[in-house]
Amino acid sequence: MTETAMKETAVTQAPMSQTPASETPAIFAWPARVLHWTMAALILAMLFVGVGMVASVAERHQWLLALHKPLGIAILALAIVRLAVRLRHPPPPLPADLPRLQRAAALASHWLLYALMIAMPLIGWAMLSAGGYPVMLGSDLRLPAIVPENAFVFAWLRAAHGVLAYLLSLTILAHLGAALYHGLIRRDGVLDAMLGRVRGGAPRRERE
Amino acid sequence: MPDSPASLRPAEIGWRWAAIAAAVAVLGTAFAYVGGWLTPGRLTAGRLVDELQRNGGLHPGYRRNHAKGVCVAGYFEGSGKASAYSIASVFAPGRTPVIGRFAVPGGNPYAPDSSVPIRSLALRFDLPDGQQWRTGMNSMPVFPVATPDAFYAQMVANERDPATGKPDPAKLAAFFDAHPETGPFRAWAKTAKPSASFVTETYYGLNAFRFVDARGGRHAVRWRVVPDAADAVPAAAGDEDYLVRDLQQRLAAGPQRWHLWVTLAQPGDPTNDATRAWPPDRPEIDAGTLVLEREQPQDDGACRDVNYDPTVLPAGIAPSDDPLLAARSAAYADSYRRRTSEEAGVPGYAKPGQEKRP
Repeated sequence: MTETAMKETAVTQAPMSQTPASETPAIFAWPARVLHWTMAALILAMLFVGVGMVASVAERHQWLLALHKPLGIAILALAIVRLAVRLRHPPPPLPADLPRLQRAAALASHWLLYALMIAMPLIGWAMLSAGGYPVMLGSDLRLPAIVPENAFVFAWLRAAHGVLAYLLSLTILAHLGAALYHGLIRRDGVLDAMLGRVRGGAPRRERE
Repeated sequence: MPDSPASLRPAEIGWRWAAIAAAVAVLGTAFAYVGGWLTPGRLTAGRLVDELQRNGGLHPGYRRNHAKGVCVAGYFEGSGKASAYSIASVFAPGRTPVIGRFAVPGGNPYAPDSSVPIRSLALRFDLPDGQQWRTGMNSMPVFPVATPDAFYAQMVANERDPATGKPDPAKLAAFFDAHPETGPFRAWAKTAKPSASFVTETYYGLNAFRFVDARGGRHAVRWRVVPDAADAVPAAAGDEDYLVRDLQQRLAAGPQRWHLWVTLAQPGDPTNDATRAWPPDRPEIDAGTLVLEREQPQDDGACRDVNYDPTVLPAGIAPSDDPLLAARSAAYADSYRRRTSEEAGVPGYAKPGQEKRP
């Protein structure tokens, strides 16, 4: 913890310096940024698809449902890659002067986002398996069942899928608000780190 | 921090906060709109099922429609004749296991069998590659209405008047006046009598579907199963559950058979309107034989936990543009969610009480 704090202090004291990316990166590594923005689009689309499909009896219910499943599996695959990237490339440290509560909220919400990105598709997949449905990603592409047919298990997983979807939506709203707070009010480089630019300068050319 | 908030004028900080609030509010509002919370008048699966529940009563753990039923099992023996039109392996010569369910329409699992002249048969074909074909068929050749909105309006018109305990004839008349597409169904219903047997009925898929052949060609189809048995007698008076007794007796004597007939549409035949039959001269294919061998009570039979969603289809069968299909899928899913959640004791759902399965 002490070492991290020292690194953070070093970064905040010299935010413009080109410190080696492997040491104390000022911005997120490019794979992390690409994954973040790709998944931001996919997950936002997914939440709208999900909430729209359960609220519709029109024909869009069918194509939204057909889209929901492959999109969920794509998010699951990307989330696993992203977790690996996250463990391989430590993210830039939070500003040293960030209040403790905000720091805790930032850490907790990010791990919650990771947990939900991975859990939601798995719960959906398990739920369809428990309900006895073939898990079709297309007209002729079927995933195997990951839990045995059991209506009780289906019911609990179905409830969890809905509740966690709302939790994910609220967490994303908070994430959006916090990112804009960092970018517009604090202007502390946190948003810039994901946008891929060193604050106040041109887009940074980095060596990966 | 070189670029602290202190370098912003207070008014500018205010505007920035407003921009943040607006961004979050816009996203949240869009989400709420898509979820239907801002448009309570929109027809949703939940409203359809609520209305079914209003008319049939709340019977926790049971299906919200076709609540009274019995599980059956057997197999389908493909004839190979439909394989030119659909790559689904179920149509190739050979056997596919089937889990089915006979039922009586309505949300009351204790309704007398004679309460409606319609019977239904739902089937789940379990294909060898793990894909499935689910179909829910009824013993009438056409559906009363063509759209989910009209179906909802019909249920509202059918609500029981608290004073009489029966639907208000004036409301029903007004509904039929406003929905001339109900004509063919009403003509059928005039002469329909409650059958004394599940086994002697023809069951119609009602909605159109598309078969997909090996070259990707698509063929609009409808299907029905036609029984070998044709010896139905009028139901015995005084017995409210004669259908299941008849079924048990007949299955004890031997398997019961139906032929699956597939009708091929000609250009111009409606695929999006289940109220209109296709002309009788359309080509028909005897796709195979449905053989039902065993029955089980629905309380613990294999059909209990199956949602007979007619849009669960294997490669080689696809939905048509019939708007009822999406509504059936959505409403069946909501009914399935409710009844399984009731059985599992998920908070927020009714508890199976006195009606708990024995």
